[in-house]
Amino acid sequence: MLTLLFDGIAYGMLLFVLALGLAVTMGLMNFINLAHGAFAMAGGYILIVLMQRAGWPFLACLPAAFVLTAAAGALLERTIYRPMYGKPHLDQVLFSIGLSFMAVAAVDFTMGSSPQVVQLPAWLRGRFEFGSGPWALGMGAYRLFIIACCVALALALQAVLTRTRFGSRLRAAVDDPRVAAGLGLPVDRIFLLTFAVGSGLAGLGGALGADILGMEPTFPLKYMVYFLIVCAVGGTSSITGPLLAALVLGIADVMGKYHVPKLGAFIVYVLMIGLLLWRPQGLFSREAGR
Amino acid sequence: MQRRPTLLTLAAATWLAASLAPAQAQDTVKIGVLLPMTGPQASTGRQIDAAIKLWMAQSGGKAGGKKVEVIVKDDAGVADQARRLAQELVVNDKVVALAGFGLTPLALATAPIATQSKTPMVVMAAATSSITEASPFIVRTSFTLPQAATGIAEWAAKNKIRKVVSLVADYGPGNDAEKFFAHQFQLNGGQMVDKLRTPLRSPDFAPVLQKVRDAAPDALFVFLPSGQGAQFMKQFGERGLNQAGIKLIATGDVTDDDQLADMGDVALGVVNAHHYSAAHGSAANKKYVADFQAMHKFRPNFMSVGGYDGMRVIFKALDATKGAGGEALLNAMKGQVFESPRGPVLIDAQTRDIVQDIYIRRVERVNGQLFNVEFDTLKAVKDPGKSK
Repeated sequence: MLTLLFDGIAYGMLLFVLALGLAVTMGLMNFINLAHGAFAMAGGYILIVLMQRAGWPFLACLPAAFVLTAAAGALLERTIYRPMYGKPHLDQVLFSIGLSFMAVAAVDFTMGSSPQVVQLPAWLRGRFEFGSGPWALGMGAYRLFIIACCVALALALQAVLTRTRFGSRLRAAVDDPRVAAGLGLPVDRIFLLTFAVGSGLAGLGGALGADILGMEPTFPLKYMVYFLIVCAVGGTSSITGPLLAALVLGIADVMGKYHVPKLGAFIVYVLMIGLLLWRPQGLFSREAGR
Repeated sequence: MQRRPTLLTLAAATWLAASLAPAQAQDTVKIGVLLPMTGPQASTGRQIDAAIKLWMAQSGGKAGGKKVEVIVKDDAGVADQARRLAQELVVNDKVVALAGFGLTPLALATAPIATQSKTPMVVMAAATSSITEASPFIVRTSFTLPQAATGIAEWAAKNKIRKVVSLVADYGPGNDAEKFFAHQFQLNGGQMVDKLRTPLRSPDFAPVLQKVRDAAPDALFVFLPSGQGAQFMKQFGERGLNQAGIKLIATGDVTDDDQLADMGDVALGVVNAHHYSAAHGSAANKKYVADFQAMHKFRPNFMSVGGYDGMRVIFKALDATKGAGGEALLNAMKGQVFESPRGPVLIDAQTRDIVQDIYIRRVERVNGQLFNVEFDTLKAVKDPGKSK
């Protein structure tokens, strides 16, 4: 029972990191980036290539995945995303889903289509067991590591957004880009940085999740749905919203697959429908929609 | 002075080409091969494709006095695509035989085309028992899940395993494996505690493995399609099921030779039943593995042997019919007996299915690499799915 809860939390945390970048671009920058999953996949494959083929240690690969995908995100923002900011949402959706398909085909071509197997270092393969009977708690070392990473990330981001100068500039730039620019804020650069960090987070999430979610070329299409659900249920205006939504979904998914395997993956959708009927704005969104 | 010879050569060449073209068409027979070269089952396609190339190189690409041309098409593991490509191969390319079929749904979708066009269809991989009943033109050179599942169930019941949970991929072969394992195991006095299924595409093993752990059986019986074994073994180890005293028994698809080397120590000691291991001790297999690795740089698995033997069956049948297709070719395939790298096999004339030895193997380290080492043999196993 507790073991399941633990697995659910680990899964939810992973979803949170993966979806956070999407929440940032969608909520703060008002841009719908369906290619977000492709950045996550990039992170996963960077981890696999660096670790399995180049022999880097696992802990060095995680920051590398973040930095490289962030750099890729920045480059793409500069070159092809920027002209799309002013366009209607349908254009943005079509554009970014096209980008996802290109990423899927590119990875299929270069890396092959079979699922990749990640060889974790030995110290992450252990397992801790406490108690017995229905309240036994078994924790995989790797899942524990994921939870620790994600909690640290969430706290850091929340602090950056609410406490720092950059955070307030970002919120100002989002609320009204023209006025912010008039006051001398470098709106372009703020957006660039935000987009890069969002992509980097996706890359980091992909790298962390490569082992649990499985890395294959169809990854962006498979998990994009989950990311969108997290954003829809949690709302996109804060960090706590997606965090709680991701946790609820992660736990529900694991519990559902355990207790009602016949319904399997469908539980998540039922939950989403229920939650959205109850609170169409999302669980924690401010009432005033934009 | 220079012009005349040029013109003459040109004329001669044209005449030659014109007279040769129809002759060449008659001297070539085509085999259409459908394989999942991309998508989640790509490893199956890669193995069979490699085996076909090996067979073509060894046989010189000639059968029944004709040149054989193999056309490989990628169905990506999607049933409607396999069907469409099969239709193209039969109608446009006029192939004498269809071959390949990496997954059961692909074979079943193509079966009506084989029946209507009277084209023999050699199933080199898909292993649901009922496939050969879908068309009278289907011949199988891989194996059937009931053959393997019944074998391991026999072994389990004899080796102090009383309570078992089964875990299978939720599609045709998985259902076969679950049904025949449970039937044979219960017949021998065993008890099925639970029967679990995971989706075929992108399964998440964590919750089901937790469920197995909580049920605490003596052993877990697993069938998963070729390619998912490594992911499963890793999670099996991570969840500490072996520490909890739950043995792992399986059909040989899980400890697939293609992935076994990457699975690590958690796979050691897993007992499974299958028709082929790269470590099979016969001279024929040693030569096969050596030739295969010299050509392709990776280890052949059971899929490759299905492809290799499939080519042999088609070639020998073409030899017998002098290159003719249709029902004559089908009849020439029935009843073939030969020594395969896996051991002696027979294509049963009645069911058109393969009769072969099933080996009980244990994963062991041989010369630093993991292999399925055979320690028991069930002789000439007919598909148990057909005897009812």
